[in-house]
Amino acid sequence: MATVELRNIKKRFGKTEVIHGVSTEIDDGEFIVIVGPSGCGKSTLLRMVAGLESVSDGEIRIDGSRVNEREPMERDIAMVFQNYALYPHMTVRQNMGYGLKIAGTPKRQIAAKVDEAAALLQLSDYLDRRPKALSGGQRQRVAMGRAIVREPKVFLFDEPLSNLDAKLRVQMRLEIKELQERIGVTSLYVTHDQVEAMTMADRMIVMNAGRAEQIGKPLDVYERPATLFAAQFIGSPSMNVLDGRIEAGEMRLGSAALGPAPAGLPDGPVKLGLRPEHALPDPDSPLRLRVRLSEPLGANTLLHGQLDQAEAPFTACLAGVHRTNGSGEIIPLRVAPEAIHLFSPETGDRLN
Amino acid sequence: MEKRVTFKGWMLPLLLVAPQVVISAVFFFYPAGQAIWQSLFIPDPFGLSMEYVGLGNFEYLFGNRYYLASFVTTALFSTLVTLTSMIPALFLAVMADRLIKGAGTYRTLLIWPYAVAPAVAGVLWLFMFNTRVGVVAWYLGRLGYDWNHVLNETEAMGLVVVASSWGRISYNFLFFFAALQAVPKSVIEAAAIDGAHFWRRFFTIVLPLISPTTFFLLVVNVVYAFFETFGVIHTITSGGPQQATTILVYKVYADGFVGQDLGSSAAQSVVLLVVVGLLTVLQFRFVERRVHY
Repeated sequence: MATVELRNIKKRFGKTEVIHGVSTEIDDGEFIVIVGPSGCGKSTLLRMVAGLESVSDGEIRIDGSRVNEREPMERDIAMVFQNYALYPHMTVRQNMGYGLKIAGTPKRQIAAKVDEAAALLQLSDYLDRRPKALSGGQRQRVAMGRAIVREPKVFLFDEPLSNLDAKLRVQMRLEIKELQERIGVTSLYVTHDQVEAMTMADRMIVMNAGRAEQIGKPLDVYERPATLFAAQFIGSPSMNVLDGRIEAGEMRLGSAALGPAPAGLPDGPVKLGLRPEHALPDPDSPLRLRVRLSEPLGANTLLHGQLDQAEAPFTACLAGVHRTNGSGEIIPLRVAPEAIHLFSPETGDRLN
Repeated sequence: MEKRVTFKGWMLPLLLVAPQVVISAVFFFYPAGQAIWQSLFIPDPFGLSMEYVGLGNFEYLFGNRYYLASFVTTALFSTLVTLTSMIPALFLAVMADRLIKGAGTYRTLLIWPYAVAPAVAGVLWLFMFNTRVGVVAWYLGRLGYDWNHVLNETEAMGLVVVASSWGRISYNFLFFFAALQAVPKSVIEAAAIDGAHFWRRFFTIVLPLISPTTFFLLVVNVVYAFFETFGVIHTITSGGPQQATTILVYKVYADGFVGQDLGSSAAQSVVLLVVVGLLTVLQFRFVERRVHY
């Protein structure tokens, strides 16, 4: 049980700076997801918290005390790796008890703790197997078990689900979240999958190119993305971004008026962000989508195409089944003015 | 998936394996057969006549205390050579594995001794330890130690062991280094997070993970010590003093080509052949049972 504080963390490899100052405070028991595309520095950030990478600048505090100079073993953390990193020559029991054995815990106590964790993770029947005799999901659970038995202050997860197939991933996602809620350990979870981030996080850190673009609750980030990057990265299918402008207090896309602009914004070009699910069919709307491709998913239908008023492609997500007459169909769509996100074309920052 | 090539006729596959079969036949099966045949006879020193003695040569060998002593010498020598060539190699490989800068140079320099032929290595060490002109022997003399491997059996054994192991360290280093590089980094990191310090990680995680390589090297080095160290022993001690460094393979040479006792020499070759066979069987039994990660 602990708080974690990141204060202006920077990481340089030689002269190249890859993380440009990330700061946040994590509460006791909070589940934080660090999400971003590959190469954004999210794993490096996690490895710095773990002590596997040195911190070039800034300060990491666990439970109020600085840990920058501490070895991984002195930080009282546990980590679950992407490839699980189980010890192949040890049984599940030995894998889970390794940390305790090194800490000098009495044998009987180790056995009790391992049994308890194994029961929690439904691994009791597999304790005497070697990792190679386990399925992917079971290995994943062993890795979790190894983390749990040590009762660390902080759990670190480095893309733990990316080696699993899609169905198992959904199941393990729920299991990890449930487990974390039950034992209430502060957790940092790195993923590139925005769905994992949305579903698991108490708060998420959206990272891009070594910067934290936005830190907030999943729905807050979804509803009010702070930057163009966060807007496009969170939400599936991703947000449509179109070049529009504000003229005489009104948002405009080409010739079409989209409604009154929020007060206080000067006239000029803006980036308009429209979520696919906020586009509704409306015969009176001037926005006309020329459908190129439709993806019927059952619960909803994705229509890909282009608006008459814009160059960029546009995706609409309509509820229910929507039978099109194939390519070339034109559907008029309306987006409520309140649901339109405005971003600065220069900085990408949110305007409204 | 294993890719299998299928041939239609017999001729081409036969032709393709022919070189190997011919080489094996000429340089292994024929001499081995000859050795077995000759071990049953006692020829006169000029090779003009042979007398059939059955297993007499073998009976004589196993009743001969010099031959039995040579067995003990061989066991001691090969154990020492294996240990002195593997342990430093492992240590150097572990250190090289930790290096980030200059690892390439370090590695290259460590591999060089392997390029020196055993007999040449023997001569190098002989020069250094020569009782009259050897640099090391001279310095030892200055320190008050009277080095004389020509008379002292322990010193002679020590010298041939070091000379035989020296170049071998490079060979072992290469294999250990490759094995260490193949240990997944995340497993090491997981152990570090689990609280294991460097040497603890080494003994509980790294060493078990490279055990297939270690076992392979063990077998290869034992075989090396048994057979390939002939040149070193021949150049440094010629098996002396008082046969203290006469290992089995050297005795085959000494009895057969120097002593002209061809029947006994052939019998010794056959014994060696059986020993190699046993070692090989042991290796395969062991390797097959090993867990592959």
